[in-house]
Amino acid sequence: MQMFPTIVKNLFSRPATRRYPFKDIREPFPGYRGKIYFDTNKCDLCGDCARVCPAEAIEVDLENRQIKYYPFRCIYCGTCVETCLQGAITQDEHYSPPNTEKIEELYKIEA
Amino acid sequence: MAVRTVIPFGPQHPVLPEPIHLKLELEDETVVGVTPIIGYIHRGIEKAAEINTFRQNVHITDRICGICSFIHTQTYCQGVEALMNVEVPPRARFLRVFWSELSRTHSHLLWLGLLADALGFESLFMQIWRAREMVLDISEMTAGHRIIQATCIVGGVRRDIDKEMAKEVDKRLLALKEMLDSTIAPALLHDATIKRRAVGKGMLSKEQAELLGAVGPTARGSGVAIDVRQTGYAAFKEVGFEPVVETAGDSYARTIVRAREVYQCVELMRKSLAMMPEGEILVRVDGYPEGEAVSRCEQPRGEVFYYLKGNGTNHLERLKIRTPTFANIPTYLVMLPGCEMADVPIITLSIDPCIACTER
Repeated sequence: MQMFPTIVKNLFSRPATRRYPFKDIREPFPGYRGKIYFDTNKCDLCGDCARVCPAEAIEVDLENRQIKYYPFRCIYCGTCVETCLQGAITQDEHYSPPNTEKIEELYKIEA
Repeated sequence: MAVRTVIPFGPQHPVLPEPIHLKLELEDETVVGVTPIIGYIHRGIEKAAEINTFRQNVHITDRICGICSFIHTQTYCQGVEALMNVEVPPRARFLRVFWSELSRTHSHLLWLGLLADALGFESLFMQIWRAREMVLDISEMTAGHRIIQATCIVGGVRRDIDKEMAKEVDKRLLALKEMLDSTIAPALLHDATIKRRAVGKGMLSKEQAELLGAVGPTARGSGVAIDVRQTGYAAFKEVGFEPVVETAGDSYARTIVRAREVYQCVELMRKSLAMMPEGEILVRVDGYPEGEAVSRCEQPRGEVFYYLKGNGTNHLERLKIRTPTFANIPTYLVMLPGCEMADVPIITLSIDPCIACTER
């Protein structure tokens, strides 16, 4: 019985849910731990990010001068961003998009 | 003559969020014996913690439990800090109190919703989870993620809450409190349906709770004032803390303990933000952990216990975790016999079983 006024009120109020991902999407708050990006101009292939990553989501290939990043292994903790001395890793404020297959991202570092 | 049957309850059951198997012995409709069996969701986290470095382990312990992740990390970090003689800055201690209470609020609201769902009280369930959404928003705003806060690291915390954000959080906490006052608390405290299903069901006396080693709201619902926060870890000493205790010892008492704790958490969070001193939030930690340490914290379900052994290298030699549900499962042996088959789901749920934590 105690719930009755709430139920009646809810009948006439707007829905609390959003029609994600089609309409009324709420933007994440500032500082949300979202997708990871590497700046190929700043990176010096030191490999600190790969060493600290708890999920082994970053691989540094010194021979081919490239960085492999696995977004589906990544736990978005942001440790690599804090560790990078060059400031080459940035994390944006958006949810990482879903995908039908596990992908890897390649970043070529120019000499 | 009564017919004796054995009914398997779980590991898959609509009221169980996680897999636990109860072998119920029934005489007609009455439970006369119960054998709880776990072992369906072991993930080898203790072994993984030995393989990874002690700093990476912070994020492994984060993922032991999705609901109380911050408190796991906090317990782990406190253990490592004890091994390495690190003094955490005061501001970081207050922030740890804030996030641990935020985790607790989230966990209790989630559980209260699950209870309402198990009772078939769908409208209350949705209303409680609506309130939980407000807590998740605060989590996303302050920590950068809805569930896994991941803000605690060895030596302090990773994120700060500035004055402006503290004000906004305070506003949202007051809105949460108002919502609890207006819709959720009256239903939980006075609704006849909930009382009929929960009052007097799953009795656990004070002596039995002490004997079986119950912890957390399960013990506090039986009148045992046991709470690790009384030891004053992090900043609980400065913030001030009194455990919430109910004496009835039934499923309803355990529900009320959690409902009252939500209010207490909101107060503790507001207090910790208001009392937070200025200063550093993180100290530099050099070297490697060596020796043995024990760390305890109060989780939403009770006391969590960590044993750490370091050998002077980057890796820990042993990390042993005892979660509160492991201590609470034996209470089923007292609570379930004598009840009706239809009451088993509510009683099972009343200890807030978190099996994924327990098996790690």
